[in-house]
Amino acid sequence: MSRAPLSDPEALRIEAQRAAAPLAEQLPAEPLREAARRIAGEVTDPEIPVLTIADLGVLRDVRVEAGGVEVEITPTYSGCPAMNMIALEIELALSKAGIAPVTVRTVLSPAWTTDWMTEDGRRKLRDYGIAPPAKAAGRRALFGKDEVACPQCGSTDTAEIAAFGSTSCKSLWRCNTCREPFDYFKCH
Amino acid sequence: MATGPLTVVETPLVRYVLRRADDALILGHRLSEWCGHAPLMEEEMALANVGLDLIGQARALYTYAAEVEAAGRDEDAYAYLRDVRGYGNLLLLEQPNGDFAATIVRQFLYAAFIDPYWRAMMASSDATLAAIAAKAEKETAYHLRHSAEWIVRLGDGTAESHARAQAALDGLWAFTGEMFAVDEGERGLITAGVAVDPESLRGVWSETVGRVLAEATLARPADGWMQKGGRDGSHSEHLGHLLSDLQYMQRTYPGATW
Repeated sequence: MSRAPLSDPEALRIEAQRAAAPLAEQLPAEPLREAARRIAGEVTDPEIPVLTIADLGVLRDVRVEAGGVEVEITPTYSGCPAMNMIALEIELALSKAGIAPVTVRTVLSPAWTTDWMTEDGRRKLRDYGIAPPAKAAGRRALFGKDEVACPQCGSTDTAEIAAFGSTSCKSLWRCNTCREPFDYFKCH
Repeated sequence: MATGPLTVVETPLVRYVLRRADDALILGHRLSEWCGHAPLMEEEMALANVGLDLIGQARALYTYAAEVEAAGRDEDAYAYLRDVRGYGNLLLLEQPNGDFAATIVRQFLYAAFIDPYWRAMMASSDATLAAIAAKAEKETAYHLRHSAEWIVRLGDGTAESHARAQAALDGLWAFTGEMFAVDEGERGLITAGVAVDPESLRGVWSETVGRVLAEATLARPADGWMQKGGRDGSHSEHLGHLLSDLQYMQRTYPGATW
């Protein structure tokens, strides 16, 4: 099936509305909320497509209101450009499932931390070749000498190459055992 | 469609939030000017990432200012439609990038202040500011570490890098006093527990700066006469040039979107 280009939000919205079946009208509030939460939670991070926003802990709440739903998400890094994309994708995914209208709200408090990433998310990240963030992301973890295990070979003989990587959430590391460079999902 | 400068109804809280947003936006924009010009690929990414964090913080703060002002504006209106005199950022942050040493020194002097500032602001009685602070302080911690490492590398590097870092430090030192200045409106916010008294952070800032400069073998300049005025809209000539670039599109084609 052809898809409208992601660069054209309006075309995507129209496409989603065309596909929409009125699921919102068929389900009572609680099953609808659960369905909406599941569908919204399956939206993936456009920069790390193996992670869903449920894995990341970005999806905070889903509420059913008259005929539609309100979805609350929390930003990861202040300047993360993926957030706009994620909000749009949530709206599209729900519309396609017949759940509309959708309001996506950004909530700042409590502030997101990498500790909210699920175990499943951490495993998927490692399988994808990105070392998951150290736990307990306090300031000590930000700058501590926590071991970062190479996602390729598992060695902890690793070194940071650059503190700022290809996206806000990553730094660039190197494994001294298998010699492969890798991304590390920074503590936040 | 309004094309003239925006007139903001400034309560002390709106003014306070806009000043912090302006700090973040102007420094973030300065860092964006390095795109394609950084000395190393890693630094290209680092400066862009730091700039992105700051612009993200600015967006959260402008959005909150819009909510408090309740005049139906959005974040973009503050960024794109205010004139130079409407900006309340620190003079330090609008100073030109200069060479890499000047950019790093500017970043370090500010990060050593704003990092503990946001950390202290997590206890603000204003829930939104506390939430913005909780996010910002993790980011500024990375900015401080990155700039401090470079201060040491440049200061304790070659004769050339040392001389450039020292010259940048001597040139920018007179802009550091403004970070600790507070006007009457902000004093009220401090008393109310909304804002943190920057003076309470002078000791931490001074200790961080002293420790890093000593390790970098750089001489700490003497505290002399300090430049001020940025908070009240009296800027150096550099900000107007910066804004003419930043605001060009919205001023020329009001309301343009893509």
